[in-house]
Amino acid sequence: MIRSEIIKSIAPVISNELVVCNIGLPSQELYMIDDQPSNFYMLGTMGLASSIGFGLALAQTQKVIAIDGDGSVLTNLGTLPTIANHAADNFILLIIDNGSYGSTGDQPTYAGKKTSLTGVARECGCENVVECKAEDARSTLEAALSSNKKTIIVCKCDSGNIPVGVIGLDPGVIRHRFMEEVTARN
Amino acid sequence: MSISEKLINDLIVANVEFVTTVPCKQLADVIEKIEQSTQIQHVPSNKEDEGMGLCAGAYLGGKRSCIIMQNTALGVTINALTTLIQYYNIPLPMLISYRGEVGEKVACQVEMAIHTKCLLQQLGIQTYHFHNQEDADEFPGILNHTYMSRKPTAILTDSNFWGVKK
Repeated sequence: MIRSEIIKSIAPVISNELVVCNIGLPSQELYMIDDQPSNFYMLGTMGLASSIGFGLALAQTQKVIAIDGDGSVLTNLGTLPTIANHAADNFILLIIDNGSYGSTGDQPTYAGKKTSLTGVARECGCENVVECKAEDARSTLEAALSSNKKTIIVCKCDSGNIPVGVIGLDPGVIRHRFMEEVTARN
Repeated sequence: MSISEKLINDLIVANVEFVTTVPCKQLADVIEKIEQSTQIQHVPSNKEDEGMGLCAGAYLGGKRSCIIMQNTALGVTINALTTLIQYYNIPLPMLISYRGEVGEKVACQVEMAIHTKCLLQQLGIQTYHFHNQEDADEFPGILNHTYMSRKPTAILTDSNFWGVKK
């Protein structure tokens, strides 16, 4: 399974949750598969999906799922100690780990070599770190949501992309409609 | 009231509930008092661009946020400032220790001080420079202006402001 298939498989689970989605193809795929005002699409700023999602989780009560990638987490590794050291049981970080920089041409990342993001997250102090296969992404995410515990999911999958268009929304529109959703749910 | 207490009080009055910090010697007292404050959620970040992500998220969640950092951080936050904070119209006051000005003891700090105002001007970021402690009388107005305009603002605080001996 590749990332777009994972996003397709989890779409019914995340459709009604607040989602912060990583830059590039992940956001474009989510936008194509299941656009919702409760999705915050990153149009730039590689690496900050987990930080934006975590700030959001700390600031309000609703559950937040940050969909990130292995390359982006490697770009912002400092995010894991911050997540580990602050209480936010409404936060789930889903790292779709295909061992490559998918949006830029599938160049390999170190997460696909010797480095285990699962191990890194645990050593950073994160308590509920689950590594799963792509086929189990949906059930793992459902379990994390019902656990009401801050959870880091590292979902291992194959590298590969599907053709997908750019997101036609203005950033101000993405932000505005997302904030209206957040307000309505809190 | 010390200058640190005054700045924190202004943040509280402006309904700033979420603050992230990256340390600087000049900011040590204000960071310590932020940590002690019961009205402000303090989430230290490991790098300032990470902090801007946290602040953006907190704002999306309905909380006014602020980042406290050193001017050297401009070197690592230009992408976060342009493609996140400015692109999505997210208000973000940046309380910045302006190292490398007159009185500085670490020569390397001068290198980023030289570029600080040019970078901010190039980025189109509204910039205020506190040199004397009475300059901080404008801080509440700057905070309101930041949230009204939904833009980042830079508040540069130099060594004279913090009372560092020259």
